[in-house]
Amino acid sequence: MATMLKYEDKDLKVVGTRPIRPDGVDKVTGRARYGADVNLPGQIYGRVVRSPHAHARVLAIRTDKAEALKGVKAVVTRDDFPEMPVEYAAAGELIVNFRDVTRNMMAREKVLYDGHPVAAVAATSEAIARRAARLIEVDYEVLPHVIDPVEAMADDAPLLHEEQMTEGLDPAPEKPSNLAKVVSFAKGDVEQGFAEADLVIEREFNTKPVHQGYIEPQASIASYTEDGQVELYTATQGHFVIRAQCAKLLQMDISKIRVIPTELGGGFGGKNNVYLEPLAIVMSKKSNRPVKMTMSREDVFRSTGPTSGAHTRIKIGCRKDGRITAAEAELDFQAGAFAGSSVPMAAMCTFTRYDLDNVRVRGNDITVNRPKVAAYRAPGAPISIFGVESILDEMSRELGIDPIEIRLKNAARQGTQTYYGPTFGPIGYEETLNRARQHPHLQEKLGPDQGRGIATGFWFNIGKETTTTLNVNEDGSVTVILGTIDVAGGSRAAMAMMVAEELGIDVDKVRPQIGDTQTLGFNFVTAGSRGTFASGIAVTVAARKAIDVMRERAAQMWDVPVDGVVWEDGHARPASSNVGEFEPLSIVEIARKSGMTGGPIAGHAEITAEGAGPGFGTHIVDVEVDRRTGLVKILRYTVIQDTGKAIHPAYVEGQFQGGAVQGIGWALNEEYIYDADGRLQNPGFLDYRVPVASDVPFIGTDIVEVPNPNHPYGVRGIGEVPIIPPIAAISNAIHDAIGIRLREQPMSPPKVLKAIREASNGAG
Amino acid sequence: MMARYHVTTTVNGDEVDFLCESDQTLLSVLRDELVMTGTKEGCGTGDCGACSVTVDGRLMCSCLVLGVEVDGKEVETIEGMADGEALHPLQQKFLEHAALQCGICTPGLLVASRALLERNPDPTETEIRYWLAGNLCRCTGYHKIVEAVADAAREMREV
Amino acid sequence: MRYEAPASLDAATRLLADAGGAARVLAGGTDLLIQMRADLVEPTVLVDVKNIAEMREIAEEGGRFRLGAAVTGMEIMEHEGFNAAWPGIVDGAKLIGSIQIRGGATRGGNLCNASPAADSVPALIAADAIARIIGPDGRRAAPVEDIATAPGRTSLAAGEIVVSFDLPEREPRSGDAYLRFTPRTEMDIAVVGVGVNLALDEAGMCVAARVALGAVAERALLVDEAAAALIGTRVDDAALAALSAAASAACRPIDDKRGTKEFRIEVAGVLAERAARIALERAEQG
Ligand SMILES: Cc1cc2nc3c(=O)[nH]c(=O)nc-3n(C[C@H](O)[C@H](O)[C@H](O)COP(=O)(O)OP(=O)(O)OC[C@H]3O[C@@H](n4cnc5c(N)ncnc54)[C@H](O)[C@@H]3O)c2cc1C
Ligand code: FES
Ligand code: FES
Repeated sequence: MATMLKYEDKDLKVVGTRPIRPDGVDKVTGRARYGADVNLPGQIYGRVVRSPHAHARVLAIRTDKAEALKGVKAVVTRDDFPEMPVEYAAAGELIVNFRDVTRNMMAREKVLYDGHPVAAVAATSEAIARRAARLIEVDYEVLPHVIDPVEAMADDAPLLHEEQMTEGLDPAPEKPSNLAKVVSFAKGDVEQGFAEADLVIEREFNTKPVHQGYIEPQASIASYTEDGQVELYTATQGHFVIRAQCAKLLQMDISKIRVIPTELGGGFGGKNNVYLEPLAIVMSKKSNRPVKMTMSREDVFRSTGPTSGAHTRIKIGCRKDGRITAAEAELDFQAGAFAGSSVPMAAMCTFTRYDLDNVRVRGNDITVNRPKVAAYRAPGAPISIFGVESILDEMSRELGIDPIEIRLKNAARQGTQTYYGPTFGPIGYEETLNRARQHPHLQEKLGPDQGRGIATGFWFNIGKETTTTLNVNEDGSVTVILGTIDVAGGSRAAMAMMVAEELGIDVDKVRPQIGDTQTLGFNFVTAGSRGTFASGIAVTVAARKAIDVMRERAAQMWDVPVDGVVWEDGHARPASSNVGEFEPLSIVEIARKSGMTGGPIAGHAEITAEGAGPGFGTHIVDVEVDRRTGLVKILRYTVIQDTGKAIHPAYVEGQFQGGAVQGIGWALNEEYIYDADGRLQNPGFLDYRVPVASDVPFIGTDIVEVPNPNHPYGVRGIGEVPIIPPIAAISNAIHDAIGIRLREQPMSPPKVLKAIREASNGAG
Repeated sequence: MMARYHVTTTVNGDEVDFLCESDQTLLSVLRDELVMTGTKEGCGTGDCGACSVTVDGRLMCSCLVLGVEVDGKEVETIEGMADGEALHPLQQKFLEHAALQCGICTPGLLVASRALLERNPDPTETEIRYWLAGNLCRCTGYHKIVEAVADAAREMREV
Repeated sequence: MRYEAPASLDAATRLLADAGGAARVLAGGTDLLIQMRADLVEPTVLVDVKNIAEMREIAEEGGRFRLGAAVTGMEIMEHEGFNAAWPGIVDGAKLIGSIQIRGGATRGGNLCNASPAADSVPALIAADAIARIIGPDGRRAAPVEDIATAPGRTSLAAGEIVVSFDLPEREPRSGDAYLRFTPRTEMDIAVVGVGVNLALDEAGMCVAARVALGAVAERALLVDEAAAALIGTRVDDAALAALSAAASAACRPIDDKRGTKEFRIEVAGVLAERAARIALERAEQG
């Protein structure tokens, strides 16, 4: 059932306050159990053998020596997993194809990237598993490889998949290539639009793959019992999707796999996919022991999904007054070893902040010899908007229009039709720009070699399948079982707050908990900023159902018709004096008597949430550039974003700040570095440089609230938008500081210094 | 089977002894032998700080200390931070300031912050940021962590 | 693998000699444990030197410091007398890793790990530090610049231990400084490092100088031409420009994941100048 609860503007007691999160104490005391903290009696330890080559045919795998080692209980290779036909399913924001999923978790004909699993072992100790892994012999026929998306599209590029014919091309191609898919969107007449323009700017931009960089490495423990049941503990953003994938890959009934999600140590889109889980299950089956598997940090970098690196070409035309007449983009995205990058979403986000008549966007999904990409916070959007926001900055300078004004002049608003279809309802983009214009940040003085940049971002946000169960306990306290993982933004807290608000009780009386896959119906993964939106609707539905039950019980106790009972402030009250004179009944009183009035009180929701409100944000950043070393320092940073409604403002600020700092890392220093043989050179946190505390300033936040009409509290998703603008904003700020425009990410010191040198050579 | 080493040490004030391999890290001893999983592993190579503990009062990465090295020493971990039911002011301030999201970095950050405040009860923002530079947090952007530490310091100075 | 933690140098040298080439000295372990985890080294015996008093102390005699090779970064940072005399060596110690890493990391380990990017080494070379070494054949001494020879390689014979570093007497009006370039503020490996140590006469003329560069060659380099650019000058802009050019000219770096050749060469010159300014300021104050 598609459930729509409309926004109601009402006085709020709990929503909008800042209570302490229910999962907080466990996290500050070390009690919270993450993936690697789970142990089962009799467990053994699994380890994956990975390809040292970027591209090679797997000729033979010999496991006998490893199997002969004392303490080794199971070895698996491609032979232990069934072949999968081409079949698509959604996992997070990206679509997966089971033929590829099975090949990604364990190579079949070929290895396609450095780090690709080729075998796995399980043994009675980690040390023995390590030794056994070294005893597995693999014969490879090394093949030429390709990593750059543009090179991968060349006619003579090494081909990853001999059978891959480009989808989405008309006419269909005659021979296979690394171009897996083309997506296109168009609106109006682009040629006409450019002809009407007074100024046309076309530029190319390049970005490198970056990793989500969650601090908790993937970890799973699986126990397969003699009657074919599986218990699987895993750190994931979507336990139901993991269950579905394991069932499919291992050809088991969904009901036989119980996935118990552990506390999640960060995911940001990267923990929607199976990696270790099927291996652990099969090795448990082979050994009759629970198998625990954890990735090393190196494994995480080499084999779990980073985001795409990309090459983009953006062309925008506008009139002298700054009004855009046409916009065009071509996006080349690395998918990694298997098709399915975020280019469709990137394409849809490219120009969507603006109200445009003539648009054409083409996105190319390109297979290359690096790990299969996974979603990363607003998948693809930071990459595709980089060029757009950079060119708008250039245009604003060229035309002498303030960068905020030029955006306001073109801003999408209620009624704007997007070039991929939908028409916007109420949205807060203009409001974020208006706030930016007034923001005290703009009054801060800039010194020499300092500059200011502005950029904006848009994300759709999603709803999808969501279930929840709310139990009113015998003493009137409430437990809520949620099916969406708390990906750390504090969704458990937000859910408890909405339930408390609905029921009219203290938030402390509501205990939220994430249910395992056997306790609730299917839930989509927590991704696309859907947690608070979709589960928020579900818990509201469930709470309202529980209220209906409690009204019935009160009606029974008073012997009046149920219509005569209303729920207010945590009490059942007579609807009017006509009903009779009754003392209000509290939730506690009703709950205590529930055994005599019809049994336990509960509310459920099984919904498909729809109408997630689009989110928009505007970022302002000040930087200082050391002209002699190319070092860029972030001096000030402000995030202004429409949240619809901030259920718990501190967690909203936390999302803004965390997302912005990830974006700063992406802009300045993060990148996958490969050597000539296609081996990853920086699979560790020392050389893959995520920002540390001393790299960043305080991140100012300004919450805009334009309610989403399709959520009872007006919530929009908030988690994705904050990572979108930073790359562009920082590039614009660098230009403001030193007059040089960087169109390549990361804007690391060697690149910045080189650009400075080239500019001064060009000038002199 | 290699001979295992018998190590006697103090963990959070309790005398503890354990057997370990010579190459087993203190992190592995804590998590696997003593089943104290509050200390986390984010990298195993000293880069993330999730495994921070103090050894004789010195802040260290337990992934870069061997179990055999702590014989006769005093180890403090996140599990020893609260005093019975009373949370340490840093723990309380982390909660109040929403200085944690996923929380995987939190034990390490708390142990590191306590080591800072023991040395420097009134740190500046810059001092806090540099002291905590060995503790990666990917979720929060550090903003609320720095605020929480400063606020805890303020409160601890007052009592 | 056996673990031993002897309390004397004699015992340590005996353990190392008995084990032949397969033993390793363990100091802070911040390099060694990572290499063991990656199976890059597989020692049969680990000789932990942290219980050896002579290696663990900072001693001062008649204005000369002796810095134990197994003194940790945090201990150096906390030693007031040493900070006053050799702030440049302290700069090097302060920059290594994080507080956690500095809780373990030692100068001996930093030097003997023989990474060209080791942050304590350029300042020690600039300070003219002499390494005191003990081994199966007894004691010897060698200038710090002669210890590391190439990445992961040293001139130490099998079984030799660096015990301490002898620093010369601190002249009045002298100062040292170490600067490195890294993209992040902390937790990073030097793309370039420069140590400068200089002394002024009463008139403010530079009478002695040593300049050492890290991360721009297979080992840290002592650059006489760079020092010569300072000596006999007032360390004015012209001298600093000459220093900068000499530092860049001495680089023979490689392209790697941390930086390009051109970048290293250019930034070495910039940092040399900046480090010299700090050393000058310290000399003028001291
Ligand atoms: C996260 C992280 C960040 C780091 N950042 C930096 C940085 O910024 N700058 C930097 O320079 N380094 C850095 N390092 C590397 C390392 O911390 C330093 O090189 C440190 O000084 C090594 O000292 P240690 O005492 O830990 O050496 P150990 O690991 O104990 O030993 C290193 C090597 O030296 C040998 N050895 C040790 N002491 C002696 C001795 N007295 N005589 C003979 N041989 C000896 C050992 O056998 C071993 O081969 C970092 C390391 C990590 C993990
Ligand atoms: S696990 Fe020790 S620093 Fe990351
Ligand atoms: S709260 Fe998730 S890493 Fe810090």
